[in-house]
Amino acid sequence: MSRPGDDWPIRVLQVTLFGLCLLPALDLLRGVLSANLGANPVEHLLHATGDWALWLLLATLAMTPARRLTGWGGWVRQRRLLGLFAFFYASLHLMVYLGLDRALVWSTILADVWRRPYITVGLAAFVLLVPLALTSSRGWMRRLGRHWKRLHRVIYLVAILAVLHYLWLVKADRLVPLIHAGILALLLFARLPGLQRGSPLRRKRTQARSCPQKL
Amino acid sequence: MLIRKPADIAPSEITPPEVWRRRRDLLKGTLALAGLAALPGAGAALSADDGGETPTAIEHITQYNNFYEFGAGKRDPSIHAQALVTRPWSIRIDGECEAPREIGIEDILARYPQEERLYRLRCVEAWAMVIPWQGFPLASLLKDVRPTSRARYVAFETLHDPEQMPGQRRGVLDWPYREGLRIDEAMHPLTLLATGLYGETLPNQNGAPLRLVVPWKYGFKSIKSIVRISLVENQPVTAWNARQPGEYGFYANVNPAVDHPRWSQKTHRMIGEGLLAKPRETLPFNGYGEAVAPLYAGMDLRRFF
Repeated sequence: MSRPGDDWPIRVLQVTLFGLCLLPALDLLRGVLSANLGANPVEHLLHATGDWALWLLLATLAMTPARRLTGWGGWVRQRRLLGLFAFFYASLHLMVYLGLDRALVWSTILADVWRRPYITVGLAAFVLLVPLALTSSRGWMRRLGRHWKRLHRVIYLVAILAVLHYLWLVKADRLVPLIHAGILALLLFARLPGLQRGSPLRRKRTQARSCPQKL
Repeated sequence: MLIRKPADIAPSEITPPEVWRRRRDLLKGTLALAGLAALPGAGAALSADDGGETPTAIEHITQYNNFYEFGAGKRDPSIHAQALVTRPWSIRIDGECEAPREIGIEDILARYPQEERLYRLRCVEAWAMVIPWQGFPLASLLKDVRPTSRARYVAFETLHDPEQMPGQRRGVLDWPYREGLRIDEAMHPLTLLATGLYGETLPNQNGAPLRLVVPWKYGFKSIKSIVRISLVENQPVTAWNARQPGEYGFYANVNPAVDHPRWSQKTHRMIGEGLLAKPRETLPFNGYGEAVAPLYAGMDLRRFF
C-alpha cells in the first residue's frame, strides 16, 4: 500500500480503515465458531454480510465528495481498500446465499435468479463488481490507462442495483433501504458537474482549513 | 403428514418418554373435549400433529418474533414488548351472534380449560418452529356467543395503542393489525386461542395475553394480542393482504406449490438447527392436511392462496 511520497495521515487512515473493515467479519467468524448467531444463523450471516457490502459500497462512493468537502486528497486514496472490502463482503454474501441458504440446490437458485427481480439485480451487481475488483491494482490501472476510469464508473450502477436489491426484498418496513437510497442519491448528486468547482461550501471549507487549528 | 419409516428416524429424534406420555394425555384430552373420537381420521390427524418433532428452544421462540407493533426486526418484540400491560385486558366478541359480550382475560382463563398443543409454526418467510402452546379451541368461545346463520367469517383485531406499541407510530401496516378466518376454519378443532407456551403465561412478544394459532396457515394469520373478535357476514379485510394482495392471500394455507412472489415456499429452515442443516421440505397445510384439507374441497388453492 505504501510507496514513497505517501504522507503518514493517509497511511494511518488506511491501517485504521483496514482494521475496522475486518471487524464485522471477525465478529461473524466468532459467531460461527461459537455457534452463537441467534435463532436463524443463515439469515443472520446473509443479512450481516449484505449490510456490510452495501455500507462499504456507499463508503467507497463517499470518498470523492469527502475530498471536495475537506479539500484533503487522502480520502480518495482509501477508495480501493473500501471497494475491495465491499467486494469481500459481497462475495461472502453470495457464498452464504448459494451454499447455506439455497444449500447449492441449483434448480431453486436458477428459479430465484430468473423469477425474482431482487435476486436478479443483486447478482447483476455482484457480477459487475468482479471486473472492478480484478482491475483495482496499480498495474491494471496503468495497463488500462484512460479506460480504467471509464470502467470503474460502473460502481455507480453497482450501487444503484445493490440498493434496489435491498429495497425490493423487504416485506413492509422500507425505512433502512430508503436510508441507503437517500445516501446514495446524495452521493450521486454531489458529483453533478455544477457542484464540483468553486461551490460556496468548498470555498468556505478551504478558507477554514487555511486557518491555523489546534486539534 | 409426517409419516416416516422407522429407518428414517434418527435416535436423536425419538421422543423422550415423558414428552410422549404428555402427548398421549394431551391427545385424550383433546379428543374428549372436541368430541372428535367419532370422526374418522381426526384422531390420527391430531396424534400426528407434531410429527415427532422436538420443540424449538424457548429462547428462540421468545427472541425471534414477527410482531411489527414492536418493530420489524426479529429481536425488536422481545425488547420493546416488555412494557405492554396485559392485565386487565378484555376482549369484545360481537357481530352476528346472539350473545355478544365483553370478557376479561381472567374470566377466559377461568372459564375455558387450558390444553397443551405441540404445533409446528410455518412462517411465510420460509422458517419454522415447533411450539408447545397452552390454550383452548376458538370454537369453545365462539359457541358460547351463539353465532347466527349470517356469521360466515370471523374477524380479529389486535390492540391499537401506539403509546404501548411503538411500531404503530409508523404506517408500516394499516393499524390495527387485522386477521380473519372463514367460520368453518375458526370452528375447526385445531384452531387454538393460545394463552401460554412452555407451561408459562404467554410472553408479551408472543402475543400476550391471548393470540390465535392456526397451525396449517402461515404464521401471519395467527394474530396476536387480540382485543376484538367479530362474527361477520363478508370476508373481512386482513392486514398483510391489504398491504400486498399479490403476496399475502386471505387463506394463506401453507402450500409448497404456490411460491411467494419473492421466495420459494417449497422448503423451510427449522429454527434452532445449525448453519449446515439442510432446508426441510414444506408439506401442504404444514402437514395438517389430513385434518383440514376437506375444508377446501373443490377450491382452487392456487387462486385462493
